[in-house]
Amino acid sequence: MNRHLLSAADLSVEDALRVLDTAEEMSRVADAPVRKLPTLRGRTVVNLFFEDSTRTRISFEAAAKRLSADVINFSAKGSSVSKGESLKDTALTLEAMGADAVVIRHSASGAPHRLAHAGWLHGSVINAGDGTHEHPTQALLDSFTMRRHLRNGKGDLAGVRVAIVGDVLHSRVARSNVLLLATLGASVTLVAPPTLLPVGVEKWPCSISYDLDSVITKVDVVMALRVQLERMSDAFFPSAREYSRRFGLDTVRLARLPDGAIVMHPGPMNRGLEISAEAADGLRSVIVEQVANGVSVRMAVLYLLLAGAPLTDIDYKTLGPS
Amino acid sequence: MSGYLLRGIRCLGGEPVDMHLENGVIAEISEPSKKLRVTGAKTVQGDGLIALPGLVDLHTHLREPGREDAETVDSGTRAAALGGYTAVHAMANTDPVADTAGVVEQVWRLGKEAGFCDVFPVGAVTVGLRGERLAELGAMADSAARVRIFSDDGKCVSDPILMRRALEYVKSFGGVIAQHAQEPRLTEGAQMNEGDVSAVLGLRGWPAVAEEAIIARDVLLAEHVGSKLHVCHVSTAGSVEILRWAKSRGIAVTAEVTPHHLLLTDEMARSYNPLYKVNPPLRTARDIDSLRLALAEGVIDAVATDHAPHSIEDKDCEWQAAAFGMLGLQNALSVVQSTMVDTKLLTWADVAARMSTTPARIGQVANHGRPLSAGEPANITLYDPSITRLVSEKELVSKSRNTPYLGMTLPGQVIATFLRGSPTVLAGELIR
Ligand SMILES: [Zn+2]
Repeated sequence: MNRHLLSAADLSVEDALRVLDTAEEMSRVADAPVRKLPTLRGRTVVNLFFEDSTRTRISFEAAAKRLSADVINFSAKGSSVSKGESLKDTALTLEAMGADAVVIRHSASGAPHRLAHAGWLHGSVINAGDGTHEHPTQALLDSFTMRRHLRNGKGDLAGVRVAIVGDVLHSRVARSNVLLLATLGASVTLVAPPTLLPVGVEKWPCSISYDLDSVITKVDVVMALRVQLERMSDAFFPSAREYSRRFGLDTVRLARLPDGAIVMHPGPMNRGLEISAEAADGLRSVIVEQVANGVSVRMAVLYLLLAGAPLTDIDYKTLGPS
Repeated sequence: MSGYLLRGIRCLGGEPVDMHLENGVIAEISEPSKKLRVTGAKTVQGDGLIALPGLVDLHTHLREPGREDAETVDSGTRAAALGGYTAVHAMANTDPVADTAGVVEQVWRLGKEAGFCDVFPVGAVTVGLRGERLAELGAMADSAARVRIFSDDGKCVSDPILMRRALEYVKSFGGVIAQHAQEPRLTEGAQMNEGDVSAVLGLRGWPAVAEEAIIARDVLLAEHVGSKLHVCHVSTAGSVEILRWAKSRGIAVTAEVTPHHLLLTDEMARSYNPLYKVNPPLRTARDIDSLRLALAEGVIDAVATDHAPHSIEDKDCEWQAAAFGMLGLQNALSVVQSTMVDTKLLTWADVAARMSTTPARIGQVANHGRPLSAGEPANITLYDPSITRLVSEKELVSKSRNTPYLGMTLPGQVIATFLRGSPTVLAGELIR
């Protein structure tokens, strides 16, 4: 594996499977009576959040703590990041503190890339969501969840059909998912109005559709993306009602999904807009599991980046709970 | 003191000659076999060096007044001299903006004092570059700085009625409007070329159409009111097609391209390194091909650097927070050699036209871009195209460091620059 996790494209199929398999091991830790491994004792993981995201921060924090790492939460929100210099200054501070890994969430696409490559610090950098670029650990937990439901938690996702529906243009989740799912052999269809697909999307390893109804009967996974209402004022779509009529995951569409198909959402949800309450809370929904799986996947990522051991070396019994 | 004797130089890449410079002019040119002798003249061994008329830049940001931490007239003209330039046009987006006779005269005077090359201020089109009302264009034209090019560069004169009036108004003193073609609504928050790479990087796109729509509108306006238009830093294949069409109709439009748009593509943005963040953005390989051909054919008239120095704080940060712009003066000729001469698209005579004669004509500056013949002003650049060199920070004399060519190997080096017969650069080093 690379020293950093900046993009889902950093992961080869071997790397991706190693993370998913390790995450399966880690989820057993989560189920154990003592939910802690001593693996990263003495290591420092910094959660550097320039943008509010309580759920992602808590997930990384729980993951690091279960591996016995020291966790420092560094919330830079509200400090002056408009000049950008504070990213560098913050990095130099973290370097002086001896951070082994920096988990960064930032509103600017590429901020984790700069952190990793500008020569400001030496630790591993994990992208916890950057602007409209990527969110690779979200994609990993999504694949992990799909694999559990559709492939018994083993192997790749060859043949799995995934529809990702909504605001692809502004979605870091969509970008990471398209890359990782392609690596794992799944076939992805992006479904959105043309205004919410980036120019250049034709080159992505996926298909494109503007018509959810024609896609929904032929998928194993439907993932609704969060739609921000302010996009309406920028003329990306005419109204919330029209959006949800054409692209919302409602009861009627839910009923047309093939048997065994699952419903996903990276959260936070706009119920009634991109997803109805029935779809979000119904039997097909795995949205709550996604959150739980997030911790296991992030444990795996931290473990593999910092302890550096490949999957075959992880032996739950010899590591032992502390 | 009897001037300089340049031995064995090849004017515009032609046969070797000896050239004597004295009293600010080219005194004599003769074949080496005639063994030109001038008592008291300092000799420059110029074997293998190409002689070009001193280069003229139509598009330089000298940052003074206002951002002297990034560049000054003095430091910027030093970079210009090292790049082989004897004249630069200083863009108006300073602080205060060069929108009055007072500010353009200040910049003009600073250029005189620096003495490394002639500085011709560009005047703003609108007050404060705000795009609301015309600046006092006539006062700037009549000032000691004798402004002929007007531009809101950095911003587009997007209001069509204001652009029309500006084009009309400058006719009375033979001025030209140099447009930074960027439709503002189509480029709100734009970070890089909109295309395959921006889609992957999640950076807000700056679509080619935002440039092309303004150029199309402006050439039609220029035709309608019978005025001269100059298009700054053309960056797309589509813009080239519009310019080709406009010229075929006889519209009085000229255009420039920057060295970086001839060499670098938007693939550079994959590093998220703000060194490659520039406005207009780096485009695709296809655009580069069109731009090179257009420059070769003369659809694009001139190379202009858009030398845009920025302090370290404005570049050593995340992409989105960084300023747009890159240095250009010191490596422009090398990039043109690499992209246009070594590729056989231009001869050295063509290079002289694109980088000296034509820009001097567009800027209406006397005594620059003149032929290399006896009696002409001795504004001359000597260039060794046989050198290859690694671009490093230590050779930069600009106050800023934001060159995109850092770490690249480029051909050629300016060996000497003469301004009115006096060297500003000798043996590749600044004089004084
Ligand atoms: Zn410009």
